Amino acid sequence: MSHSVITVIGKDRVGIVYDVSKILAENQINILNISQQLMDDFFTMIILVDTAQCPKSRQEMLDVFAAESQKLALDIRMQNEEIFQAMHRI
Amino acid sequence: MSIQSNEILETVKMVADQNFDVRTITIGIDLHDCISSDINELNQNIYNKITTVGKDLVATAKHLSAKYGVPIVNQRISVTPIAQIAAATKAGSYVSIAQTLDKAAKAIGVSFIGGFSALVQKGMSPADEILIRSIPEAMKTTDIVCSSINIGSTRAGINMDAVKLAGETIKRTAEITPEGFGCAKIVVFCNAVEDNPFMAGAFHGSGEADAVINVGVSGPGVVKAALENSNAATLTEVAEVVKKTAFKITRVGELIGHEASKILNIPFGILDLSLAPTPAVGDSVARILEAMGLSVCGTHGTTAALALLNDAVKKGGMMASSAVGGLSGAFIPVSEDEGMIAAAEAGILTLDKLEAMTAVCSVGLDMIAVPGDTPAHTISGIIADEAAIGMINSKTTAVRIIPVTGKTVGESVEFGGLLGYAPIMPVKEGSCEVFVNRGGRIPAPVQSMKN
Repeated sequence: MSHSVITVIGKDRVGIVYDVSKILAENQINILNISQQLMDDFFTMIILVDTAQCPKSRQEMLDVFAAESQKLALDIRMQNEEIFQAMHRI
Repeated sequence: MSIQSNEILETVKMVADQNFDVRTITIGIDLHDCISSDINELNQNIYNKITTVGKDLVATAKHLSAKYGVPIVNQRISVTPIAQIAAATKAGSYVSIAQTLDKAAKAIGVSFIGGFSALVQKGMSPADEILIRSIPEAMKTTDIVCSSINIGSTRAGINMDAVKLAGETIKRTAEITPEGFGCAKIVVFCNAVEDNPFMAGAFHGSGEADAVINVGVSGPGVVKAALENSNAATLTEVAEVVKKTAFKITRVGELIGHEASKILNIPFGILDLSLAPTPAVGDSVARILEAMGLSVCGTHGTTAALALLNDAVKKGGMMASSAVGGLSGAFIPVSEDEGMIAAAEAGILTLDKLEAMTAVCSVGLDMIAVPGDTPAHTISGIIADEAAIGMINSKTTAVRIIPVTGKTVGESVEFGGLLGYAPIMPVKEGSCEVFVNRGGRIPAPVQSMKN
């Protein structure tokens, strides 16, 4: 089991959730929890995922996200959950 | 998942907008088992050990950087001070060892290797002297080898013969490397620490294990952003904000250090929780001081602000990791800090003020460019002054100074990359030649009767 947190930040428009979840589905990445909100004019989405079934390596997935970020004019990042635990929980 | 979305976004922002990074993963490697009386064999042993122990370092750093989404900027090696390793060879120059270090470090893809060093705080052995005399040629003929000399300590006093030689060494290195660049890779220490992962002063002390992983974290931009976004009014509140921020960034370093240790099967040594700036805008220690309420770094109040910052960083970091070591605090390298450069160009941040600031900062006079015609004894005088601050106050101090050949006050010098660029700063008129040439040792200070 390998949990990661995907954050998506960008200017709000129709279809962001669709665009991002499509990438995840195509790569066998399972969504465990998803939340989204508008902060000022910015769309922010946080997705907790399980990447255990993903056939691509982490670096390959990061490359996919980087390319899609460009294409969709969004900032998509994936980070292992542990970093948030380390920083924000004693 | 118990983590709040605002906490996740805070972390993402630190990396995306505030230049937060893990500055370095450094493997310290003990070279005592490489000793041979044949210098060729010694070189071969050193090459073999470094390339064996360090072969997976760069790949591991890349993997961890991808896993956690935090840049790990540098991977480095530090080794046992070479003067200790080379003493058995009877060679008259250790330049070939520096070249071996350079070759080995490049073979495994690290950005710097430190430890072309001598510890001469109390006395100089013949090997120490050969090493120091080899430094200019070593700096000229290698690219990524860093050198350090420890010329004093609170327990031993200051070895003024070594200080004199260090001044001459820096001057000579400046003359034979383009724009004095070789001097950016030489640090002269008082009270050097043995587990410091930051170049150019990193070396692997004799009290350390065979190999050990040290991590240096950094985040001046994060601290500045935290200060600006907080509603801290009083300096007590400012210290609290810095402390909490230092805690968070240190925890990331701790996580990555332990992971690297597991993957490489090398014990985790220490976490150095320093704020180390870069020339990038938004990654400056000077700008943190200014965010506290100074119009420009170097004006009155700067030393006090730096003292607050340095101490708050230590306090936050100590809680975050049980293995804090190295230099830990705030670095103030002039050429590597966009705010410091601006303050020096404005003529407000001077050598005098920097010297005062070093009494409360993490290291000392760092990456300062001075006129090329500065005499060697003046450089020795600057080293002696800085060492005295370290010796009397039981803290580490260091000097990394670059007399830029052919340039004078009003001009500037470009080093490129993380080393940045620096305006040439004036040194004092008047001479300390007689004082420096006396040699001998400034005796160790009394530890009671502190004043």
